[in-house]
Amino acid sequence: MRLTPLVLALAALLWMGFAPIKLPAREWVFEIPKGTYARRMAGDKVEILPSEIRLTLGVQDVLLLRNLDDVPQTFGPSIMMPGQSLRLPFEVESENQFVCTAHASGQLTVIVEPEPVWPWQKIRWRVRGWLEKSKA
Amino acid sequence: MFRLVLSILLATSLAAHADAPQLKAGTLSPAMPAPALGLAGTDGKPLDLAHYRGKVVLLAFGFSNCGEVCPITLATLAGARKKLGADSADVQVVYVTVDPERDDAAQMRKFLGAFDQAFVGGVGTRAAIDAAQKNYGISSSKKVHADGSYSIGHSSSIYIIDRAGRLCAVMPYGHPVDDFVHDLKILLRG
Repeated sequence: MRLTPLVLALAALLWMGFAPIKLPAREWVFEIPKGTYARRMAGDKVEILPSEIRLTLGVQDVLLLRNLDDVPQTFGPSIMMPGQSLRLPFEVESENQFVCTAHASGQLTVIVEPEPVWPWQKIRWRVRGWLEKSKA
Repeated sequence: MFRLVLSILLATSLAAHADAPQLKAGTLSPAMPAPALGLAGTDGKPLDLAHYRGKVVLLAFGFSNCGEVCPITLATLAGARKKLGADSADVQVVYVTVDPERDDAAQMRKFLGAFDQAFVGGVGTRAAIDAAQKNYGISSSKKVHADGSYSIGHSSSIYIIDRAGRLCAVMPYGHPVDDFVHDLKILLRG
């Protein structure tokens, strides 16, 4: 009877380490809302996107950015017209510094991490995900 | 009957996947007409992207005194064209200077010709270059060195324009030759 919490913890740890990591989509979607440029021009410090985005190869390794604003926005490698979206896939572990006019700082860092394969990597990936969610 | 329905569903599913090959480059959706450049070409003609309708155009910005990024980009694009063989006739590389003070048509022609004689450069006045850069969201900044010489930091992505003249994709700097070949094969088929 006393062993139950221990068994449950062990089972949870086993699940975290061995269950395949699957998300509903490979894409991490961001939208630049309508009126962003106007708000910034009016002196409003608009922060829509995080300054750092972490992607994981094989799990979530595509950035999908939609420009719903009324003006063109430059995101990293490309300019996006109003109503246009940019689907940017990543295939290599890397750290990418991008220019982004949707950021107040004008900069966006995209960190692409390797796919978690080993149990301890999966556990770390899941724990970090939960911590980030709890902060948000 | 069940087998027939299953076969149709399977075929439809496979066809749907076959219809949507994924590019290695970032994909712009919907693809929109590529902005005009309003520059002169190093071939002595006005640099009009409409002239290349029917070809896939790889458009990038740089300068002939660039020590690292531009030579790597141009060598990569030349390598991709070489790997494509006969299909390279349908691929046009356009390289626009961000340094009109030093890059005239002759200078750019010589620089680009060292990589591939088929490359065409874009040159013009400072105002014309600024307008082209703005239309494509290209940033550049001059860094003056102690000896008075200067270098220019600039956006280093390669825009991809499809056969219909639409800006459809953008390849960030650093992708290997094979990624370009992969995407060009898809776009040339389409």
